[in-house]
Amino acid sequence: MKGDTSLRGAFVAMLRRDLTLAFRHRGELANPLLFFVIVVSLFPLGVGPAPTMLATIGPGIIWVAALLAAMLALDAMFRSDFADGSLEQVALSHHPLSVLVLAKVLAHWLITGLPLIMIAPLLGRMLYLPDGAMPILAASLALGTPVLSLIGAIGMGLTVGLKRGGVLLSLLVLPLYTPVLIFGALAVNDAAAGLNVTGHLYFLAALLALSATLSPLATAAAVRISIA
Amino acid sequence: MDDRIGAESTHRHARASPSIGRPWNYPRKITYFAPMLETVDRSDTRAPSVAALGRGAAASGTGGARGVSLDASNLECIRDDRVLFSGLSFSARPGEVVQIEGHNGSGKTSLLRILCGLLLPSQGDVLWCGQPVERVRADFLGELSYLGHHNGIKGDLSALENLHFAATLSPRRAETDAHAILARFTLRGFEDVPCRTLSAGQNRRVGLARLLMTRSLLWVLDEPFSALDRKGMRDLETIFEEHVGNGGMIVLTTHQPIEMGQCKVQYLDLAELGEKG
Repeated sequence: MKGDTSLRGAFVAMLRRDLTLAFRHRGELANPLLFFVIVVSLFPLGVGPAPTMLATIGPGIIWVAALLAAMLALDAMFRSDFADGSLEQVALSHHPLSVLVLAKVLAHWLITGLPLIMIAPLLGRMLYLPDGAMPILAASLALGTPVLSLIGAIGMGLTVGLKRGGVLLSLLVLPLYTPVLIFGALAVNDAAAGLNVTGHLYFLAALLALSATLSPLATAAAVRISIA
Repeated sequence: MDDRIGAESTHRHARASPSIGRPWNYPRKITYFAPMLETVDRSDTRAPSVAALGRGAAASGTGGARGVSLDASNLECIRDDRVLFSGLSFSARPGEVVQIEGHNGSGKTSLLRILCGLLLPSQGDVLWCGQPVERVRADFLGELSYLGHHNGIKGDLSALENLHFAATLSPRRAETDAHAILARFTLRGFEDVPCRTLSAGQNRRVGLARLLMTRSLLWVLDEPFSALDRKGMRDLETIFEEHVGNGGMIVLTTHQPIEMGQCKVQYLDLAELGEKG
């Protein structure tokens, strides 16, 4: 026998497939990142370049921009798979759909979330954030953006069957994003003021643990409803 | 089980919105098929042995494994308040073909999707090896290959990449090399080309090639001959005959008359089971 396929093999194959597909559309790959950079750089133009003002609102700006960038990128997660029937095939695998969906979310985060974390300190510098807040900015985004992808996957799974699900998706998903925004922006704010931020980071980590365990199950159920 | 095609079409009272699937809610009490209930062993210890039987049939390739069967019992499908069919029952065993016929909109695709578990019937049950599919879901899906209207292949991946990915979704991949399978579907020379540059017929062939990448027992095929040329259709009939000869089973819809050699073909006309039936 050439080999029974394992769940781990299927997970890795799914991850590799989605990454391969993303890298074959290199033009679209940079879109969320460019959106993030442009939105953040609009604020100094809009509110004026005063360092104190920018340093005050900087954490909020970066977090809101990251949230919108993550949401814009959600559409790519299931849309094309739904259109060409691949999603049906994935759902008809004997492997648990939740695990395969988790692989898709992971691929999506690697493509859209990770670049945001890497560019964020540079934008923080542009908004006059103090040096001490930079590691916390990166850490809060590293804990928060996976949550955005995981929660977004549920909404995307529910709306993938709709012709124009874009607005509905943001109505579904944005309210669920607020805890991440609150704790993420607060952590960076407090770090800039020199306060202890471990509590905020623990909350973000708890949100990540919660969404990483529950969101795949909800997403799998949402996908099954959409393809029915 | 004897063929119960066109059995009693009672229980017409429609339950609301069957199009909204609730897969986690799938198990329902079987009340319409009492004789079958008695033969179903409810203990969970039976599931592995049933799976082993199916596996044995696929591995040995000598077909006719006892115990493996696909049964539809008293299925009813309602979409948009219209009864597409009701009281539909049939039974398929290894080495058999079920050809579903019916005019456009008679519910052929819905029936296939119900058989796969993608869609919920408003009434009735699908049984695999005598057990409701939701109870032996992983075993059932492991033996199932489905080809719908869409081929389920990615246009940005090559035919080879598509086949390799499809194989990882299935429990057992075939021993045949993917190159050889593509060659059987006259796709030699197109292995590494992105599928979006291929023609509709060639894309259909890649979708069909998936069937040979895995060693599934049950093929559920929605219009498999669409977009194929004459030779492609003949080749596909040969592949069907081989699959059925090796103990596989096929449920398909097509408008074309198919020649399946000595295979046992059941015909199921949905038009007779529709609103008037």
